[in-house]
Amino acid sequence: MQWKKHKTWLIQTGILAGALAGALLVGALFLVLAKSDPLTAYGVLFSGPFSSQFGFTETLVRATPLLLVGLGIIISFRSGIINIGGEGQILMGAVAAAAVALALPGVPALIALPLVFLSGALAGAFWGGIAGWLKARLQVNEILSTVMLNQIAAQIYLFLIRGFLIDPQEVAYGTGVPQTALLPDGLWLERLIPGSRLHTGFLLAVALAVVVYIFLWKTPIGFRLRAVGAGPEASRYAGISVSLYTVLAMALAGGMAGMAGAVEVAGLHHRALEDISAGYGFSGIVAALFGRLHPIGAIPASILMGALILGADMMQRAVNVPAAIVIAIQGLIILFVVSSDILLRKPEYLNRLKKRFFPMKGGAQSNG
Amino acid sequence: MDDVASQSIMIGILAAGIRLATPFLLAALGEMFVQRSGVYNLGVEGVMLMGAFLGFFVTLTAGNPYMGLLTSLAIGAVMGLLMGLVSVTLKAEQGISGIGLYMLGWGLSGLFYRLYVGGITGIEGLQPQPIPLLEKIPVLGPVLFQHNIIVYLAFLLVPLAWVVLFKTSWGLKVRAVGTTPEAADTLGVSVDKVRYQCLILGSMLAGLAGAALTVGNTHMFADNITAGRGFIAIALVYFGRWNPWGILAGSLLFSMADSFQLFVQVLGIQFPYELAVIMPYVVTIIALAVTFGRVWAPAALGRPYERGSRG
Repeated sequence: MQWKKHKTWLIQTGILAGALAGALLVGALFLVLAKSDPLTAYGVLFSGPFSSQFGFTETLVRATPLLLVGLGIIISFRSGIINIGGEGQILMGAVAAAAVALALPGVPALIALPLVFLSGALAGAFWGGIAGWLKARLQVNEILSTVMLNQIAAQIYLFLIRGFLIDPQEVAYGTGVPQTALLPDGLWLERLIPGSRLHTGFLLAVALAVVVYIFLWKTPIGFRLRAVGAGPEASRYAGISVSLYTVLAMALAGGMAGMAGAVEVAGLHHRALEDISAGYGFSGIVAALFGRLHPIGAIPASILMGALILGADMMQRAVNVPAAIVIAIQGLIILFVVSSDILLRKPEYLNRLKKRFFPMKGGAQSNG
Repeated sequence: MDDVASQSIMIGILAAGIRLATPFLLAALGEMFVQRSGVYNLGVEGVMLMGAFLGFFVTLTAGNPYMGLLTSLAIGAVMGLLMGLVSVTLKAEQGISGIGLYMLGWGLSGLFYRLYVGGITGIEGLQPQPIPLLEKIPVLGPVLFQHNIIVYLAFLLVPLAWVVLFKTSWGLKVRAVGTTPEAADTLGVSVDKVRYQCLILGSMLAGLAGAALTVGNTHMFADNITAGRGFIAIALVYFGRWNPWGILAGSLLFSMADSFQLFVQVLGIQFPYELAVIMPYVVTIIALAVTFGRVWAPAALGRPYERGSRG
């Protein structure tokens, strides 16, 4: 039993490693098309994040929102709902957190900070919940509604940080950069390592990963969410209100993404500014898939994706390859991971592969 | 405002609405074939971005917009093939693989734009080709018959797609494969082959839709220039109930709203810019909410076909 568990784990890790290698191999082709030496470029991409304390802490800084968004994606995917709305949910969380933080000057952090996080999570949950409600009530495809809600959120976000919430100093100096004022410094999250940007938000994200794991696998509500994902028809017969859990799953997913927005505001930028998300809503999907839709697996997966994103920034500076390539590579990772699923669902494919590459071991049948 | 001015504004709104409908029509008609065959290609936006960039880039370097259009068709075919490999042959979860295709197209178009173009550059692009005589008709002429060639092509594709889907044996196969793949398989129709054909055709049209945006309309490229139009096109397939005429109606409703919104801004009517921009997306959600529930969809949509294991 114990061995069998390890074996599946090993096979899964092996398949994921293969998928990553495949994505990088195709990515190398694009690097050649981009007239760049793939070995040098990948050298920077991979050594950069891990060769210095700066690289390592910055990797974790980027892993933090990825993990939070990814946890939400895991909840929704496990409930059979595809949430593409991370991007909009992050923005809603960020702007709500900033607004509440700025509205509470002088309130002790012990009271204000939980309120800031709560408002971020609630705003994200509301934004995700709209898509859940549209699906449950009006059968609107959630993939389409979340994409539309992303575009709407982006405009509302800009409207707010250019308008009501703009930093009064930007107006006073006439610079007009669309961003809110700085949060009172009592609400800034502690830095974990002095001189780095790594903040306690990372620990919060890891703790939430454990909470989500316990929630999904050890509580009745979590069990029902997964049951709805595994088979909505069967769940309906079992007396589970599928529409209620659809809304709940989307609200929880949005809440996690909203939390990511709040953590970026309180932990990193200390204000809501333009381009706060940098595609985390989509990269979170990659982290979730790469963590095999398991909250604990999402921790190393987010760190790996954080390294990839930071590495791409470093690559841009070192060998002049635009960082956009990392979005393409993430797309390839998704394609490879979902394609490799067939090996898990159909063991006979895996056996065929095994026979081709390790003909000595196991089945001794010759090919004739 | 006098009558002549308000009439010319109306004509402007309607003509722009016709032009803006083009990318939606092309991408949505393509996606209609894909979904009719039972595959859900969410990567349309990524294919459009690649078609938009390569169409623009080839027009820029070769100086010939038609070369640009051909390139956008070609990259569409390649990406359709890739989607086929992932979602038909390897039977991956389609909703998620489409997002992978989207990110691939988004990243690559951004990468190559920054590498090979760098900044804002304009191209000659396609010029309007007024149709002789017809263009002289008052009101109708300027609204309908003074456009570039892709606009005419997109509108001609509507009846053509209807004939192909409902009046040809290939169209019958497509519909059979999308509703009852098992039965189609038993009758000797290759489910995988038809799905590949639809994915390639649909992605070619999506690539062309991207080029309609850059080569045909704006004559420039910018990061993420499609701005969610690929996803709106998918929504229009739902709205149009997998029927070319329904898709035409949806595309027009949508593009006219978009055109109206643009004119409101141009005319300087006091209205926050950001709120005007979200109108098309709000309209999409409302349209989906209103038409859903009572809708028929291809029965096998999104379900990879796996033959029962043979003994």
